[in-house]
Amino acid sequence: MIFKKKFIKESTSENAFKAICFVAILLPILLIIVLIGDALIDGWSRLNLDFLLGLPSRKAEIAGLLPALMGSFYLMLLTAAIAIPLGLGAAIYLEEYASESFLTSLIEINISNLAGVPSIIYGLLGLEIFVRMSHMGRSLLAGACTLALLLLPMVIMVSRESLRVVPKSLREACFALGADRFQTIWKVVLPMSFPGALTGIILSMARAIGETAPLITIGALTYVAFLPDSIHSAFTAMPIQIFNWISRPQKDFHINAAAGIIVLLLVMLILNALAIWLRARLQRKVYW
Amino acid sequence: MLKQDIKKPKNIFRSPKMRSDNLKAWFGSHEALNEISLSIPTFHVTAIIGPSGCGKSTFIRCLNRMHEVVPGTRIQGNVYLDEVDIYGSSINPVNLRKRVGMVFQKPNPFPTMSIRDNVLAGLRLQGMKTYDSDEVVEKALVRAALWDEVKDILKRPGLSLSGGQQQRLCIARALALEPEVLLMDEPCSALDPIASAKIEELIHELRGKYTVVIVTHNMQQAARVSDVTAFFYMGKLVEFDYTEKIFTNPKYKKTEEYVTGRFG
Repeated sequence: MIFKKKFIKESTSENAFKAICFVAILLPILLIIVLIGDALIDGWSRLNLDFLLGLPSRKAEIAGLLPALMGSFYLMLLTAAIAIPLGLGAAIYLEEYASESFLTSLIEINISNLAGVPSIIYGLLGLEIFVRMSHMGRSLLAGACTLALLLLPMVIMVSRESLRVVPKSLREACFALGADRFQTIWKVVLPMSFPGALTGIILSMARAIGETAPLITIGALTYVAFLPDSIHSAFTAMPIQIFNWISRPQKDFHINAAAGIIVLLLVMLILNALAIWLRARLQRKVYW
Repeated sequence: MLKQDIKKPKNIFRSPKMRSDNLKAWFGSHEALNEISLSIPTFHVTAIIGPSGCGKSTFIRCLNRMHEVVPGTRIQGNVYLDEVDIYGSSINPVNLRKRVGMVFQKPNPFPTMSIRDNVLAGLRLQGMKTYDSDEVVEKALVRAALWDEVKDILKRPGLSLSGGQQQRLCIARALALEPEVLLMDEPCSALDPIASAKIEELIHELRGKYTVVIVTHNMQQAARVSDVTAFFYMGKLVEFDYTEKIFTNPKYKKTEEYVTGRFG
């Protein structure tokens, strides 16, 4: 009987815990629904092809998102081109080559701390190093370099995580077949860890596309009536355009902002879906 | 039958395939091997037995310079392959490992590769162009006694095989490089008895073609498959002799206690 009593007691506490956990998952979901719903209600009327393909204007009804959309797109491509090789390279060095030394652990601590630095700090750094010292001006390139800096710690961390998943026994098998470290990394370690690394990288790209603060700091324009034609051209990005619209006094522009938010959310959802799809697809080739 | 044949030329240790001379090895400050001098007879099976942590795995990892792959390790002394010091400055460990193949405790086929690609992995990593790769694959798999089981499913992933088959695939992968010595680090410890028996059978067949060194926890296995046996204890070589002698009439008390199961 004592046993039974105790059992019941445990199960009530378990139920309570379950309920708390359920609320914990429910709240964020509700928040997202409210957010999306609010944006949809406000912005739905403005959401059409003209909005997507139009240039900005002083009249809210004909103002479009195209420069911001393309700006974000180019920005993302450039950022990826800079951050992925650097991040993967750093991760490979730290995971495969670096010996355990004071310097290595110092670098490791720094990287994990850098991931927590507010993005506006990166913006200030980018403004000084890329815009002013490197004379890139307020260009796409400067923006991409700044965002790449911001993403690097995250890219390095997810890449290292995915490299660490490859068992030591496989590396040893490779060495024992007379492979050197380079071949081992290239032929065995990377093919296995690539799906994981790629997923993490895409997710961090999705974060970058929503970044506003560092871009405003380096001086991305808020009113661009043309499309960027080279990496040196001035640009704007979706979050900046939204920020710009929402800070206008005219109510009509707020509708544009809501529509812009919907587009931005859609792009992020697509990126996330892409990450999931790629992971599922690529991992089918890795048999654990 | 072979076992009896080899006893006639009295001393099979005279022209060893490999030989260690006062070999010491460390993990950090821990000395794992203490002055091991051992001759590994050509084309015979050498078993290395001893309780856990006695340095037997460390020893065979020194034979193809895999010991130094782990950070913080070092060795002292010499190891000779065909009387050439493999720790000499002119020796590239990468080339050495082609001549001295290795099979590990747990089967470790490459997960991204098919059965066929696993067999060819060594050659491909070497950057060798294999024009007759079908022949190489078949030859290696036949030698590893796996061909009949996998000849129709070569495109399937290596990990789709059973544990015992995977281990034989790893042996085939090592044999595809045509090594002169095959090191086996407890190759059956992760396998069931039937799969173990198959591997033992295979070791029997490899004798005479390759010089095999096998580390094992299983005394019966050592007695069954090997020609000569070395007993390691606490990083030292206690006794090294014909397997029959080690198991029936060892010189030292420690050996007798271990092979009769009184400790270990």
